Amino acid sequence: MTRASVLTETLRTRFRNAWRLFREFSGERAYEIYLEHRRRHHPGEPVMSEREFWRRHIDARDTDPRSTCC
Amino acid sequence: MLGAIAWAIIALIRGEEVSAAWLVFAAVASYAIAYRFYARFIAYRVLKVDDTRATPAERLDNGVDYHPTDRRVLFGHHFAAIAGAGPLVGPVLAAQMGYLPGTIWIIVGVIFAGAVQDMVVLFFSMRRSGRSLGQMAREEIGPVGGAAALIAVLAIMIILLAVLALVVVNALKGSPWGTFSIAMTIPIALFMGFYLRYLRPGRVVETSVIGVALLLLAIVGGGWVAESGLADTFTLSGEALVVSLVIYGFVASVLPVWMLLAPRDYLSAFMKVGVVVLLAVSILLAWPTLQTEAFTDFAFNGQGPVFAGSLFPFVFIIIACGALSGFHALVSSGTTPKMIMKESQVRVIGYGGMLTESFVAVMALVAACIIDPGLYFAMNMPGTVLGDTLESASAAVAQIGFTITPDQLAEAARAVEEETLVGRSGGAPTLAVGISYILSDIFGGDAFQAFWYHFAIMFEALFILTTVDAGTRVGRFMLQDTVGNVWKKAGDVSWKPGIYVSSAIIVGAWGYFLWAGVRDPLGGINQLFPLFGIANQLLAAIALAVCTTLLIKSGRAKWAWVTLVPLAWDAVVTLTASWQKVFSSDPAVGFFAQREQFQNALEAGKTSLGTAKTPEQMEQVVFNTTVDGVLAALFAILVVVILVDAARVWIKALRSGGTLPTHEDPYVESKLWAPSGLIATAEERRIMKERETKEHEAAGAPS
Repeated sequence: MTRASVLTETLRTRFRNAWRLFREFSGERAYEIYLEHRRRHHPGEPVMSEREFWRRHIDARDTDPRSTCC
Repeated sequence: MLGAIAWAIIALIRGEEVSAAWLVFAAVASYAIAYRFYARFIAYRVLKVDDTRATPAERLDNGVDYHPTDRRVLFGHHFAAIAGAGPLVGPVLAAQMGYLPGTIWIIVGVIFAGAVQDMVVLFFSMRRSGRSLGQMAREEIGPVGGAAALIAVLAIMIILLAVLALVVVNALKGSPWGTFSIAMTIPIALFMGFYLRYLRPGRVVETSVIGVALLLLAIVGGGWVAESGLADTFTLSGEALVVSLVIYGFVASVLPVWMLLAPRDYLSAFMKVGVVVLLAVSILLAWPTLQTEAFTDFAFNGQGPVFAGSLFPFVFIIIACGALSGFHALVSSGTTPKMIMKESQVRVIGYGGMLTESFVAVMALVAACIIDPGLYFAMNMPGTVLGDTLESASAAVAQIGFTITPDQLAEAARAVEEETLVGRSGGAPTLAVGISYILSDIFGGDAFQAFWYHFAIMFEALFILTTVDAGTRVGRFMLQDTVGNVWKKAGDVSWKPGIYVSSAIIVGAWGYFLWAGVRDPLGGINQLFPLFGIANQLLAAIALAVCTTLLIKSGRAKWAWVTLVPLAWDAVVTLTASWQKVFSSDPAVGFFAQREQFQNALEAGKTSLGTAKTPEQMEQVVFNTTVDGVLAALFAILVVVILVDAARVWIKALRSGGTLPTHEDPYVESKLWAPSGLIATAEERRIMKERETKEHEAAGAPS
């Protein structure tokens, strides 16, 4: 591999990681995290569809308001 | 090194022009030193964080609230949860005493008190599966301390919501541009809510980007509306805004979260991080000069028009968020401990997160101190003192020793395209003017000053409305939970009548203070903000008392000074402030002295006194000061109750040989590994690589 391609490869990985972190910060990775969790802790069991997951995910906050400060 | 130079420059350049950037440098350098040494000392020597021990996120991982989260993401979430309008408002009000008292307290306070509290609470809550502060107070101190903590939390919540809502009202009254922009955030949030629910579930980034774009459009649109025939529709009086806010607060707290609250949260989080970065970069680029003196006379004579009382204790009360904020203990013992991956990360998330908020507070102080002091006081003195015209305002400012001509006042208002800036107290407009100077210096020049002003108003109001939504809801849950202990049905959080009644009670409570604040002849924010500060520091006293108790009970009495010293300081400040608010014979400071003054005047048949122009207004003052005085006394009593109850436990622990059983979760060995700091060290990166290759081999082995 040439030096330039190593560099672009590193940059690409860096960018991909940063984007992933950003999406996780925004809350967008919630479903992926749920799937990972099911795969690791309850392999083979059925999982919720994406739409159903999001519905429950947001509705859960109806009964769990988080304190935020001033 | 840079920090020492920056501090030296601040100390030496007296009477000359000081660049605001030195304040920022001094802050950042001090933070770096404190984080490197003091936070490390607390984490490893005092708390003894143990990375071989599984955190609740690992042990109880359920993919929902307990979930090991990347430290960088969690840092962002924690920061977004603790920082809002608070660190932006307090420093602005404290600027009446000059830039130095505020700066020193923000920096020293955060290093030795605020950040310590956040980190230690986070640590102890993490060792208890993420128990809340109230639960910890009950379990570790006793039922009395626990009950006092619960009352304190509810009381502070209500005062907090009223004060924040008052800030919004003062920023928006008589401003069609601002009112339109803020009003538009409601349909924007609703649109985002429906979009996320029905059109594109889960596309949070996409939805937020659309939302932010619409928000910017709403700010620009506000400028058009202000010049069109619609301007009158959006020009609202303070009272009308109070009514709208109360209705909004009620509706928002009973609507399902997905419609309004969730999308608003996404928007605020994006704006928060974006604006903080934007502001930091701009201050460094614009290098603005401070216009305020290091200390004004008000620091010593206690006659300041923005809030009365002398430097001690009131600077330490007015600046809560950014230096020491008890409210953070609720976040540090809420969601964050359930998501932390490694014990050592409490340092970066608890201590580091608070340092970041403190940095925001320093920037707010800078923004307030680059404004001409004459304009600052014209904006922040009570409206009744300033009178109705620019001339009277100019005269009122001259009265306290500063100068600004009516023409300058008119010009300042024109620059941000507002009818007037006189009497726009509450901190938000002052900050917005400061921010508009800084940002228009870098982006767009004078032509953009009005845009940046309204941009700043918008993002502050956005935070505040998000807090009003969420706070009313949290308050409602606490109320339902409390009543639920006695009457089970009321505790059911999905029982509609229960929801409506408890929401109405909470909204009514903060609505009352808001209404009284808007109509207060003495200027509501001046009266209410100290009360809010006292309540917040009271909560800090509870949090620090719980921490100290736990340090002593777990046999670490020799390290207890780490939280005991800030606790002692905080108790002295809070109690002195409450004492003065209750017993001071100076009517400008003491609520009851003020009450008596007005009561006597009424009985003597006078029809006006000071800024209260009618007997009705005077009666109003009598009533308001009674309520405020009783609250100040109540807060002080709560602090004393908790401290006495905690001290009882300390003595008991020390007598029984230095330890008492605590409710700490048993040790479970951790299988996870993660770096401690925000950026992984070379050593950590090596371990990370090794573990990855090992995992790879393990996964590849069976085949």
